[in-house]
Amino acid sequence: MSLSPPRALPAEFIAPDLPELVKPRRKRGRLARFIIRHPTIFAGLVLIGLMLLIALLAPFLGTTDPTALAPARRLRPPSAQYWFGTDMLGRDVYSRVIYGTRVSLIVGFAVAFLAAVTGLAIGLVAGFVRWSDAIIMRVMDGLMSIPPILLAIALIALTRGSVQNVVIAITISEIPRVARLIRSVVLGLRELPFIEAAIACGTRTPKLILRHVLPNTLAPLAVQATYICASAMITEAILSFIGAGTPPTIPSWGNIMAEGRALWQIKPSIVFFPAIFLSATVLGVNLLGDGLRDALDPRRALRP
Amino acid sequence: MGTYLLRRVLATIPVMAVVALFVFSLLYIAPGDPAAVIAGDQASPEQIAHIRASLGLDRPFLVRFGDWLWHILHGDLGTSIFTNLPVTHMIAQRIQPTLSLMVFTIALSLIIAIPMGVIAAWQQGKWPDRLIMVFAVLGFSTPVFVIGYVLAFVFALELKLLPVQGFTPIEQGFWPFLRSLILPAFTLGGIYIALIARITRAAMLDVLSQDYIRTARAKGLGQGAVLFVHALKNAAVPIVTVVGLGVALLIGGAVVTESVFAIPGLGRLTVDAILRRDYPVIQGVVLLFSFVYVLVNLAVDLLYTVFDPRIRY
Repeated sequence: MSLSPPRALPAEFIAPDLPELVKPRRKRGRLARFIIRHPTIFAGLVLIGLMLLIALLAPFLGTTDPTALAPARRLRPPSAQYWFGTDMLGRDVYSRVIYGTRVSLIVGFAVAFLAAVTGLAIGLVAGFVRWSDAIIMRVMDGLMSIPPILLAIALIALTRGSVQNVVIAITISEIPRVARLIRSVVLGLRELPFIEAAIACGTRTPKLILRHVLPNTLAPLAVQATYICASAMITEAILSFIGAGTPPTIPSWGNIMAEGRALWQIKPSIVFFPAIFLSATVLGVNLLGDGLRDALDPRRALRP
Repeated sequence: MGTYLLRRVLATIPVMAVVALFVFSLLYIAPGDPAAVIAGDQASPEQIAHIRASLGLDRPFLVRFGDWLWHILHGDLGTSIFTNLPVTHMIAQRIQPTLSLMVFTIALSLIIAIPMGVIAAWQQGKWPDRLIMVFAVLGFSTPVFVIGYVLAFVFALELKLLPVQGFTPIEQGFWPFLRSLILPAFTLGGIYIALIARITRAAMLDVLSQDYIRTARAKGLGQGAVLFVHALKNAAVPIVTVVGLGVALLIGGAVVTESVFAIPGLGRLTVDAILRRDYPVIQGVVLLFSFVYVLVNLAVDLLYTVFDPRIRY
């Protein structure tokens, strides 16, 4: 890239071709640019996408009936026919693990969604309705001082185990954290000039909340929801593992590990395969959460 | 300070009251007849009636709650439906393993996690930082029992260095006691170490950009003195906060860790109580753990003044 020199000047006055100090920007696709800017979000999305595919395509991934008993072929080691071996009742561990993906994802996503929506509503009310704030927050403080797994255990112990009840129990234990977060965001927003301006313009409260406050709570809410999703998957597995979660007839990763527990010293593979799947899924969700937090936090965005 | 202390202690009373009310009213919120649910599917009508009477379900809610609270304030957590022993007695029998495990885990986690966080902040962006942060993300994502089984598989089954399962009470010697706690403590500590290392790094990064750190370096202090004396002390407030809040993770994790390593503690008591639907025991354990959690965070609040003299009450 050199300027064509004027004819009249002698050669020694002419600047030589400039070295390429600034490398020309290679044109990259949108996807490639996204991956370079947000590697953790991309890695998280890939892992979650993979698990979603496994959950959706479970019947087509060479699985057999995950609940089919076959006492004749109990505790087979992993082989070409039974990729992850068989358990103490002769069930195919591979099929059970693949179908277990569905339970974990359903619980994770359902809890994240329900806790986010309920917590958002409670947080908005606490942040806007002054007289309710003290009452709501004392109740939330009380709920938060019960360790989440114990709270879920106490709730489950009174109901019959089902995926639905597990979702409700974990959701209740996660709501206080969301409500607190949203309340603090709302209280911060209320002091900002644009909200004052909106109030001064005579915006009614419902519109104020929907148009001005709600959009500004979504970024922290999204980050929180991914962390809730990850912790809900772990809590579901823990509840099933100690016998207080999904009913044993449903193949969930926690149940598979609970069944493999008695035999794990001789057959560790029954415990390890669901463990690997669970860890990989939770890792994916956590990576997505970390990436979103960095991407959505304006203070961090300024840093290189 | 005195009045603050009093106010802060009094502020825990409404929190504990909400906890108590919630734990108590669970029996009534649950759909269906709680006595029938607790008795299980094969129970006879007499058994259900017995449970109903022993829980006092035939009396009005508020009377029953007042009665229950009165007993709790006198140190009576009720009687187990299954063993007919007082719940306080059952908890007292099981508390030593759980308490030892939790104290040992907290000590171990602090010794490991705080230097990790400090080194990560010091080496920000370089490979030690990257390595420690990768470890932290993995620690967050690996469920407690997975860490437990991997550690037990490697160190107990393959290398045969440590006992696979069980708990040795301290009365049978300190070394066997400690040996039986090493694997469970690392198992339980995994997520806690990750949490503390992360917050230590973040808090240290904030502090290391301050002017007084430059002053400390300019006057010729060594790297260790700057990092661990000047910076760490000023980064302490967020760290102790997370150490306190993380106790909730430890309590939940203890239930699982005790199952994996067959430790006869409160976690096992809880699991057994769930399987038997022994609701008074579940209520007692939840109340006790919540009380401990509230106390720990009260202590953390009071520690703020030690680390940051600017905070005066």
